[in-house]
Amino acid sequence: MYAQLVETGVKRVKSLEEMSPEERNFQEKIDAEIKIEAKNWMPEAYRQTLIRQISQHAHSEIVGMLPEGNWVTRAPSLKRKLQLMAKIQDEAGHGLYLYSAMETLGADRDEEIAKLHSGKAKYSSIFNYPTLSWADMGAVGWLVDGAAIVNQVVLQRTSYGPYSRAMIRICKEESFHQRQGYEILLTMMRHGTQAQREMVQDAINRLWWPALMMFGPSDEHSPNSAQSMAWKIKRQTNDELRQRFIDQTVPQLELLGCTAPDPELKWNAERGHYDFGDIQWDEFYEVIKGNGPCNQERVATRRKAIEDGAWVREAAVAYARKQQNKNAA
Amino acid sequence: MHNETLVPYLLLLGDSALVQGQRLCEWCGRAPAIEEELALMNVGLDLVGQARNWLEYAAELLDDGRDADALAFRRDERAYRNLLLVEQPNGDFAVTMTKQFFYDAWHFAVLQGLVGSNDERIAGIAAKALKEVTYHLRRSSEWVQRLGGGTEESRQRMLAAIPAPWRFTVELAAGSDNEVHLAQAGIAADPAAVGAAWLKQVGETFASVELPLPKAASHFYLDGRKGLHTEHLGLLLAEMQFLPRAYPDATW
Repeated sequence: MYAQLVETGVKRVKSLEEMSPEERNFQEKIDAEIKIEAKNWMPEAYRQTLIRQISQHAHSEIVGMLPEGNWVTRAPSLKRKLQLMAKIQDEAGHGLYLYSAMETLGADRDEEIAKLHSGKAKYSSIFNYPTLSWADMGAVGWLVDGAAIVNQVVLQRTSYGPYSRAMIRICKEESFHQRQGYEILLTMMRHGTQAQREMVQDAINRLWWPALMMFGPSDEHSPNSAQSMAWKIKRQTNDELRQRFIDQTVPQLELLGCTAPDPELKWNAERGHYDFGDIQWDEFYEVIKGNGPCNQERVATRRKAIEDGAWVREAAVAYARKQQNKNAA
Repeated sequence: MHNETLVPYLLLLGDSALVQGQRLCEWCGRAPAIEEELALMNVGLDLVGQARNWLEYAAELLDDGRDADALAFRRDERAYRNLLLVEQPNGDFAVTMTKQFFYDAWHFAVLQGLVGSNDERIAGIAAKALKEVTYHLRRSSEWVQRLGGGTEESRQRMLAAIPAPWRFTVELAAGSDNEVHLAQAGIAADPAAVGAAWLKQVGETFASVELPLPKAASHFYLDGRKGLHTEHLGLLLAEMQFLPRAYPDATW
């Protein structure tokens, strides 16, 4: 999930009786599965929650270019280099879609990006982990994009129209990335050397738990979920989505011939689901707070890019204005 | 015959596109705007794709067991045949765009010559590449105009960005004897025509925002076509080739 901890600012979900006529009208539309559009009335908390969620999602796409950018100059074949370049380009495009969707809510792109650079706005915790081998490019595609898809497939039905439509477009490309990532790992496992197989297992060992954390805190520690679910911004809980991801990923893991770094992972026939071990929530909250392995580098890189590029953007604006004046004269 | 004449030409085209694409990859996550992240990676993707096409053809002609990947990832800098211009470091955005513009203007003229090549394979690759490079040239020439005619700071940076890459443009303005022969045989683009078209494009774009055109660069010791590179290429290749070199038996 690319937006894993979104504050709603709401302590308790109101019942229909407690709502103002406007609020009730809004909630009834939501309940009837009618999409909310930019010009429709919406509660201020709904608007702010969506701005936080969509901007977090957009920031994740942009920060998410960095762990992959770390290997794009070192991709081991022309084919893999082309795939990775295409993927990074898609991610920049997803960021643009999402910032546009966010702007329909009246938010300003530059202001929200400034919040990212000051540490006020979050992005997915997963991108604070370093990419240490080529196998990480496969594992990121398979696990990280895989987790994102589980979340985004549901978000295609999210109640806010512009967000829902962005998800529909983005999901198509993400599924493609995920298959490519898995194919990287499968190639290394089936046709590679012993050293390559060890690289794959090592990448899975390092990224498995961080990928599970992408779905956010467990439901009992997710105070904002109830309101997000009532507004149908979220359609399923963190734990439901995490379970779905594990259930669909374990068979893929077995097909690779790899293992998960979780001794408690096993099929539970009674539940019809995989049981799995405890997530290190201390680590999760540290990463979210900015104390993960790469938080400082990631934010510093993005801040520097925008600061160093200020003169370029100013030049573009100045030149466009001069051209306009010339055309008007 | 082909190995001695055509292969070096294909390597000039392929290696130049590959090295320029590699330099663009270094921008990932560091561009001045998200739109530029997209555009720089888009141009890089086009170029690496073109490089693969040229190197595949070169590998077929060489027929020595090497494929395009082997040519890209297992040749040392003395065997690389790219233009010196494209291996230069990115510098700031003005340097990157100046280099890109000089290269695009040359590349566009070369491809325009190659679409009529009597080597069908070359004509086919060039026709596809020309569509992409038409976009590259439009984009980079527009950035030269925006930076040159934008703010005072951007103009100063643009002026400062020209001299370093300019000295390598001697390779764009003139081709080798081999290329002249290939052009006479109807296979390669005529280097004289390419040089003239390149200078015309650069002159017009510079003039549109009153950037002074330096006097023609003159030849000196280095020569990318002969594998005599600047010290920048070795480091670029060390990074790019690390994995295939470290794991020679691997399948990726």
